[in-house]
Amino acid sequence: MTSLLDTLFNGLAIGSVLMLAALGLAVVFGLMGVINMAHGELMMLGAYTTYVVQNLLKTGPLQALFPAYILIAIPLAFLVSGLAGLVLEKTVIRRLYGRPLETLLATWGVSLILQQLVRSVSTAFFIGLVLALVLGLGLPRFLPAAWLRQRWSPLLKLGSWLLAGGLGIALAALAGQTRQLRLPWFSARNIEVTAPQWLRGSIEVAGVTMPTGRLFIIALTALSLIAVHWFLQKSVWGIRIRAVTQNRSMSSCLGIPTDKVDALSFLVGSGLAGVAGVAVTLLGSVGPNMGGNYIVDCFMVVVLGGVGKLLGTVVAALGIGILSYVLGSGSLLLLWPQMPAALNSLITFFATTSMAKVLVFMLIVAFLQFRPAGLFPQKGRMVEA
Amino acid sequence: MTNAAVLPTNSLGIVHADDAQLQVSGLNVFYGESHILRDVDLTVPGGKMVCLIGRNGVGKTTLLKTVMGLLRQRSGRVTFEGQEISALPPHRRAKAHIGYVPQGREIIPQLTVRENLLLGYEALPGGMGRHRHVDPFVYELFPVLESFLERRGGDLSGGQQQQLAIARALLGKPRLLLLDEPTEGIQPSVVLDIERAVRQITATGISVLLVEQHLHFVRQADWYYAMQKGGVVASGPTSELSKAVVDRFLSV
Repeated sequence: MTSLLDTLFNGLAIGSVLMLAALGLAVVFGLMGVINMAHGELMMLGAYTTYVVQNLLKTGPLQALFPAYILIAIPLAFLVSGLAGLVLEKTVIRRLYGRPLETLLATWGVSLILQQLVRSVSTAFFIGLVLALVLGLGLPRFLPAAWLRQRWSPLLKLGSWLLAGGLGIALAALAGQTRQLRLPWFSARNIEVTAPQWLRGSIEVAGVTMPTGRLFIIALTALSLIAVHWFLQKSVWGIRIRAVTQNRSMSSCLGIPTDKVDALSFLVGSGLAGVAGVAVTLLGSVGPNMGGNYIVDCFMVVVLGGVGKLLGTVVAALGIGILSYVLGSGSLLLLWPQMPAALNSLITFFATTSMAKVLVFMLIVAFLQFRPAGLFPQKGRMVEA
Repeated sequence: MTNAAVLPTNSLGIVHADDAQLQVSGLNVFYGESHILRDVDLTVPGGKMVCLIGRNGVGKTTLLKTVMGLLRQRSGRVTFEGQEISALPPHRRAKAHIGYVPQGREIIPQLTVRENLLLGYEALPGGMGRHRHVDPFVYELFPVLESFLERRGGDLSGGQQQQLAIARALLGKPRLLLLDEPTEGIQPSVVLDIERAVRQITATGISVLLVEQHLHFVRQADWYYAMQKGGVVASGPTSELSKAVVDRFLSV
């Protein structure tokens, strides 16, 4: 009995992480139909935000707040990842609505850029980047308006971006002369996020040892789920998002600004990825490449659950989480010691984390052969132009 | 072909632009390479009801969609209350007080009737955030809606959906209402309800541009335009709508 509860708790914890990570994707991919390969990197930004908050509070005047740094990191990570997602939507994805293949490739490129960004960002790099962006976006405003309406205007814009980029690189190189400014902030190595003291213990209920870190993740997931559900079902913007999802052109005819709705959905979805990033720092290593570990699982959860349904994401995440824990830990052997030898050896064969994943994915693939629309099918908007 | 100095009149040269609320001039619309609307001129005077007639596939729905902004014209202009709106997206035109009841109703299926009605307020400043309660006048117009408030829009019958679509458009306080075949495929008793409602709407001074096949509904309009092969070929007061014209341009 105890081992059964133990198994369920650990499966629930794994499912919670999956759910939190997939929740943002359920909004971005499920509701908007945008395939965002950079979703994992938005999680990574959330994890790095946690790291920065931890280091800022470790010493200095705000040290008293250090035990609560992870609570402070949650809204900040939401903001950082959300704003990064907003910029991504405004600059790249907006131009590619209705072209899933191009979106996939472009966001994959963005994910590589983000990975390299956290590896190589240093103060000098940052100053140069800011200068280039400010110049590139600001220069056209200082040019005579008539110049921007000519046939050669695109060339002019390209030229101003080239100039801005060149100046940015020059400034970065100049600032890089100083050793202090050249040091990368994070480097390519994994970073160390230490959970505060109160998340490192464990409590025991009915003979089951529950690490507080995992309990925290489960609680955070439940809260995020309730918040997203409330936002989509009850808030004014939630009604707008659902209306645009179901009938884009009619929503526009009713006066809903569809471009704002797209931007907001993307901000919320990306911000949730940031929150998931905070949770992930409690579990494992945090590094520039961590996004790739989660992106496949996230898409699996959303596709299995049924695109466009929050309930599907919940059930699929918990199902995959519990199933992979049960298989991977070999708990079945403990529960039923006297099973036949053939079955026993089969289960032992799959009783490692990676083999369990293989089996779970095989089961998902088989399931989708019979129910291609997932557990809870609903017609979502595959974005039209 | 039309410039600012010349009043855009239709082929019969009757309508004058002085009291025009909606004015469409020289409109050409394409689907890909196929030419759908050819140099269409049309005027809706303020507070009047204008009806578009014509057989299936002559471009009536395309014309309404272009007025609403769902389709882009290749040339020509759409002017509403003196402002050119040809380049505005649909949501800006809705906020300029043009209401649209499309063919097939286009109710948001998974939203409740109440939420669908509230969406009508999006055309007003502040949108649903400032208008949280449905104005009860729509229940006087269509009593059936009040009893179905918590049902999903997609679960209503065709006639109920049509009433919902009209009510939703009215909540945005339009000054011009575009109605695309509001009686198509709807049981006769509900058709009467809808006709009565449209009469009440026009009585409050809202102009209506109607696409319709039912002849006795057409006769309620003040003015008709008949379309053929993407162009306006005849127009006049509906009182002068003769049997010969009806036989030529109406499929019923």
